[in-house]
Amino acid sequence: MKGLDFSIINWAEIGEASIDTLFMMGYATFFTFLIGLPLGILLYSLSKSNIWVLGWIYRILSFIVNIVRSVPFIILIVALIPFTRFVVGVSMGVQGTIPPLVIGAAPFFARLVETALREVDRGVIEASQAMGASTLQVIRKVLLPESLPGLVAAMTITAVTLVSYTAMSGMVGGGGLGSLAIQYGYYRYQTEVMIVAVVLMVVLVQALQMLGDRLVIYFSRK
Amino acid sequence: MIELKQLTKTYGSKQKVTTALSGVNLTVAKGEIFGVIGHSGAGKSTLIRCINLLEQPTEGEVWVGGVELTKLGKRELQRQRSKIGMIFQHFNLLSSATVYNNIAFPLTLIGTPRAEISRKVNELIALVGLEEHRNKYPAQLSGGQKQRVGIARALASDPDVLLCDEATSALDPQTTDSILKLLLDINKRFNLTILLITHEMNVIQTICDRVAVIHQGGIVEQGPVSEVFLKPKHQVTREFINHDAFAEEGLKLATSALHAKWARIVRITFLGAKTYESVMSQVVKQTGVNFAILQGTISTIKDVPYGQLTVSFEGDEGDVDRTLTLLRERDLDVEVIG
Repeated sequence: MKGLDFSIINWAEIGEASIDTLFMMGYATFFTFLIGLPLGILLYSLSKSNIWVLGWIYRILSFIVNIVRSVPFIILIVALIPFTRFVVGVSMGVQGTIPPLVIGAAPFFARLVETALREVDRGVIEASQAMGASTLQVIRKVLLPESLPGLVAAMTITAVTLVSYTAMSGMVGGGGLGSLAIQYGYYRYQTEVMIVAVVLMVVLVQALQMLGDRLVIYFSRK
Repeated sequence: MIELKQLTKTYGSKQKVTTALSGVNLTVAKGEIFGVIGHSGAGKSTLIRCINLLEQPTEGEVWVGGVELTKLGKRELQRQRSKIGMIFQHFNLLSSATVYNNIAFPLTLIGTPRAEISRKVNELIALVGLEEHRNKYPAQLSGGQKQRVGIARALASDPDVLLCDEATSALDPQTTDSILKLLLDINKRFNLTILLITHEMNVIQTICDRVAVIHQGGIVEQGPVSEVFLKPKHQVTREFINHDAFAEEGLKLATSALHAKWARIVRITFLGAKTYESVMSQVVKQTGVNFAILQGTISTIKDVPYGQLTVSFEGDEGDVDRTLTLLRERDLDVEVIG
């Protein structure tokens, strides 16, 4: 194996790819939270309901979430091409990656939200009901603030997962660092580019995790 | 203030029905402190949770402040619940909110203006003595302080009724006493009706006016605390009062050691001011019999003094009988047990 020569790297291209990755990540994370949080709250509320119709809705919804979660992301991207084209007009590149990223990650995040909400002490919920809180008030004033550290942890895990998903999308024509690593590192044997791309993604993941951990500690009151 | 009519609660499906409460009737008057005592699993927890309908009764009616809660729709029930304060064994405070915000919580639910909340909460913080802890989180407080926050929170919406679900069971004896004092204080100050459940007889003895004993989902005995306490009728009640299992053994030992050729063992019960009078010595001086005290307690129920002595009288049979008659004439309760 010959020595590594980092002078061959086109840093402008790396910079552009990094911005693309951040762009995809940012948008995908935003929409994932936007869809996943209410979905998670819905899953939680339905699972607690003792009305049998709602129980069935929960089972069906839960089943759909499980299906989406069990489809490998790389296949999900391909399967969603018509849908992606319908939503953003293209099925490739940075924009074309965002819808499958959101659809892949939102059910995952919803499950994490559901789990975080389950961690809230039942007694506290009951106490607020005893004080006359409505269902919406229980969600807004009890469930969400009480589970905030858990929710932030869930957001961190989801954001990190999205970083690896963006990289995977590079395989099928997405943009960003993942695509760079595959095109140069794998197809053109430019190991140096792959190393730089991977290092940048590791840095990104570490930064996200650290930020998340800090926030969890900041919000924890137990 | 609170009235339960034929309250029944069952769990489970058709195949296996568990009855938690069966046909409970209970009335709590305004301004009264009413205690329900029972072993764990007796149904007392279900009972108190049925009063604000945290638990939906299977049958029967729940009336609080002249309103039949069991008839209300969801919205209306939520409104009525804000008039029923509740405190819990495990406090159930919002861990993510400060002492101040925990107490403000019920007020924010009903959309009270900020200035009004601030006034009310500061008043309550002073009432429960937590001025220095207003910005702390529950995790930074001791159990007793947490329960004080719970009490302040329960009082925030000016309730007519306070429900206490084993409110002192997680606290040590000193803290229990200070919380009971606080409850007694707010009961007097606001003429607040309090219904509490507990498995501790001393809680009943310290603050309750009336008591009901619950066993296997039904109330087996109820009445003024002094009556139930001093003249327990049901086996379960007796168990709660003579929690000292050695009392019976001790009495046996005492009787076997008696030397006199003729003795009569009696249990004498004092209630009220008489407890501190020299009735016993006056009577025996008159009749000339001797007595030995085998067992005895002198204490108070709420603020009423009482005493209960097990005594053996020795002497001439006629004189002993005359002694008992004289004691009865002085309004003491005399029960011959041996």
